[in-house]
Amino acid sequence: MDTVLGFDAIGFWIIATGILVNVSGALLGNYLVLRRMSLLGDAISHAVLPGLAIAFVVAQSRHPIPMLIGAALAGLATVLLTELIRRFARVAEDAAIGVVFTSLFALGVILISRVASQVDLDPGCVLYGILESAALDTISLAGLEIPRMTLTLAIATVIIIAFVGLFWKELKIVSFDPNLATTLGLPTTLIHYLLMAMVAGFTVVAFEAVGSILVVAMLVVPSATAYLLTDRMHWMVLLSVVVGISSAVLGRESALMLDTSVAGMMAVAAGAHFVLAVLFGPHYGVVARTLFQLRVKLRIQREDIMALVYRWQERGSGSAMPRNAIVEAMSGRTGHTLALNMLTWRGLMQRAADGFSLSDEGRKEAGKLIRGHRLWESFLAKHSPLPDDHLHSPADRMEHFINDKLLQDVAQAVDHPDTDPHGQPILSNGKG
Amino acid sequence: MQRFGLLWLIPVALALEITAVEAFGLEPIQQGIVVLADLFGLHYNSFLIWLGTSLLGLTSGVVGAFAVLKKRSLVGDAVAHAALPGLAIAFMLIGERNFIGMLTGAAISGILGSLAISWLIRHTRIKSDAAIGIVLSVLFGLGIALSRIIQDDPTGQQAGLDAFLLGKTAGMISQDLLTIALVAANVLVMVALLYKEFKLIGFDPDFAAVLGWPVLVLDGLLMALLVFTTVIGLPAVGVVLIAAMLIIPGVSARFWTDKLHVLVPLAGFFGLLTGFVGTYASAQFADLPAGAVIVLSGSAVFMISMLVAPRRGLIARSLLELTTRLRIARQNLLRTLFEAAEENENIDIPITPSVLLKLRSWSPRQLQVLSWWGRLLGEVESHPTGWRLTEAGRRHAAQIVRAHRLWEVYLVEQASIASDHVHRDADEIEHVLTPEILKDLEQKLQAAGRWPATAPSSVHPLTEGEHA
Repeated sequence: MDTVLGFDAIGFWIIATGILVNVSGALLGNYLVLRRMSLLGDAISHAVLPGLAIAFVVAQSRHPIPMLIGAALAGLATVLLTELIRRFARVAEDAAIGVVFTSLFALGVILISRVASQVDLDPGCVLYGILESAALDTISLAGLEIPRMTLTLAIATVIIIAFVGLFWKELKIVSFDPNLATTLGLPTTLIHYLLMAMVAGFTVVAFEAVGSILVVAMLVVPSATAYLLTDRMHWMVLLSVVVGISSAVLGRESALMLDTSVAGMMAVAAGAHFVLAVLFGPHYGVVARTLFQLRVKLRIQREDIMALVYRWQERGSGSAMPRNAIVEAMSGRTGHTLALNMLTWRGLMQRAADGFSLSDEGRKEAGKLIRGHRLWESFLAKHSPLPDDHLHSPADRMEHFINDKLLQDVAQAVDHPDTDPHGQPILSNGKG
Repeated sequence: MQRFGLLWLIPVALALEITAVEAFGLEPIQQGIVVLADLFGLHYNSFLIWLGTSLLGLTSGVVGAFAVLKKRSLVGDAVAHAALPGLAIAFMLIGERNFIGMLTGAAISGILGSLAISWLIRHTRIKSDAAIGIVLSVLFGLGIALSRIIQDDPTGQQAGLDAFLLGKTAGMISQDLLTIALVAANVLVMVALLYKEFKLIGFDPDFAAVLGWPVLVLDGLLMALLVFTTVIGLPAVGVVLIAAMLIIPGVSARFWTDKLHVLVPLAGFFGLLTGFVGTYASAQFADLPAGAVIVLSGSAVFMISMLVAPRRGLIARSLLELTTRLRIARQNLLRTLFEAAEENENIDIPITPSVLLKLRSWSPRQLQVLSWWGRLLGEVESHPTGWRLTEAGRRHAAQIVRAHRLWEVYLVEQASIASDHVHRDADEIEHVLTPEILKDLEQKLQAAGRWPATAPSSVHPLTEGEHA
């Protein structure tokens, strides 16, 4: 069997082609995801169909150049028509996209069925792609048999990398702040249409491999995965490329195992990456967010208990607070046992026979909280129309989020009072 | 409030219906079709297809109208794609081409897909466009992978999954028609019964929630209607084109009306029309794929609506824009002639084109057209050296000048805008000030003791070149 770089040739070319599709798709997809235009990618990938058919009729061959031009024009027509219908007929954007791409797709299906008898451009190939048979149609280049599809995709990838590299700054500004881009005098519209032409061109070289619908997976999924993982543009681009490559490799391997469509499994693999990112993403992942919320909840719980004991000791001349009293005061909230254990473990509270009391360090911490609470009450009493008996609960929520700087500012704003609106003492800073 | 307790009746009614269909079988339906087909003098098969596509169009039009209203046009597209893995899994489990079983599988995975989209939008930073794209493409990929596994299986050729991609309208059989009719009847009855609820959650879900309505349940029900309509449409027109059946009638109907109770039936009618005309057209061109022909008939309905609908249509809107522009330009000409005459302190001295061109940013050609228009209306008369106002023109011009200056005075006095900045604003608003507003302005200025004894003069001296 032929081998390339130690792999069997067919497998190598399938993986190489898959990687090229995924990488070039991911590079363009980042901008679609950021600009909330993913569906335009979907629309373009469907709407290139009539462009292909017309190009075939005009050129009377399946030569890639007229095909590419026809598809790019059809893609641009999709964007233009959507924009025109949206602007002049005042149709919502998603509806406009829906009308345009389905109509063009229907037109394409009809045109292709008319010319299909003369050419093997069957709808099945358009829908599924023929990635598996990539290695069958080769071109000899520098002594190496390279599949035509791989070569086309390689050229497309180079062009797309050049496009992204050359217009890096422009694309970034246009994606994040189109108004700023216009103010800076950047040709926003030109960049928009260039990007759309790139997407159309990509669609046309990619659909032969993966089919016109799965092109969307290559465009959107790796980029959306990267978008969940980072807030930096260069990381997003890098990560999307990594996810794209990984999806291509895993997709091919799993397809081999299950004996099924490579393109389909590539989309599924990309989807798996996305699900993992949704669940375990470092900042926006479901697990990370749940843990964060849990941590904040526990912290608030601990702080509430400390403040509770502080007030108890303030009133009751320093005696320990019985566990029952704490549990009763925290009624309806779960996790107070854990919070109490954490507090004693951290040495902020001591467990005695008759209950819990604050350690010196705990008293200092709690004093700060109470000070924040009472200062905030004073601030609200002075600066908000709330009646005095309504000040406690907003202060109760706020006390957990007052840092030193804010504490100083608030104290300043209420002229360092000695007591809060309810007559409770506010200890000055450091005395707590 | 009480009536929402009755929502649980829906599954009960569905179960009863299915039992009834099982009990009676397809016989009555087939006989009914034979009778009706004879009545219209049509072939049994073509009548069946005709009925099926029209009913499908009606249903998807009605359901799609709500989807378009909720900016969910493309969710139907995603649901259609997401149905594919469900179809494949159902086939794997049942092991044969069981129509109801496969539709159930498709509906389940369609619903899961639509839930995934809403969940992603609500709970992650993924926006709606990417969420739709992801669910659509990944589930479709899964569907392709699964169907390839089935097709390698010797029995897999019967799965007929290919038909679900591009649709096989001509392959419709009486069982398909029965399913379509059942779903259509249920969907239409539900929309009729819950019209008020669907309307409110379409326009103002927050208000519905405040009223204590089960918004999530109702929204889910609306989604379920969308999914079932999509799924029954799949065999007829295919994955991609069912989206068109959902979107196009609703969007087209939107051009004709601002009222939902008109929009929904109209969308249904457009859908019906699309199915009807499309099937007729595809019968004329038998070698063309019927699904695509049906969708293109829908596109034709859309284009006609977009062009000729009153008020919101392109023709009506551009006519309105044109007449407004003409009116404004004509009023500008009158006011400029009037003010130039004021400068001359003699209304009978004709104003030369060069003076007018200096005062206004018109091209000589535009001026020519405008003055021709003015003469046609009898408000301007030409003179060897230029133009001047006729008696009627003077009266009209005085009104416009008055409106302009009142507004200028008002802006300076009441809105404390510098006097050299008011002209632009007044220039734009003078054309739309109604007599009521003018009267109101007069009274306000009078009350403030700012009303001049005579007609207001301009707050700034009239000089040449004040107009950019």
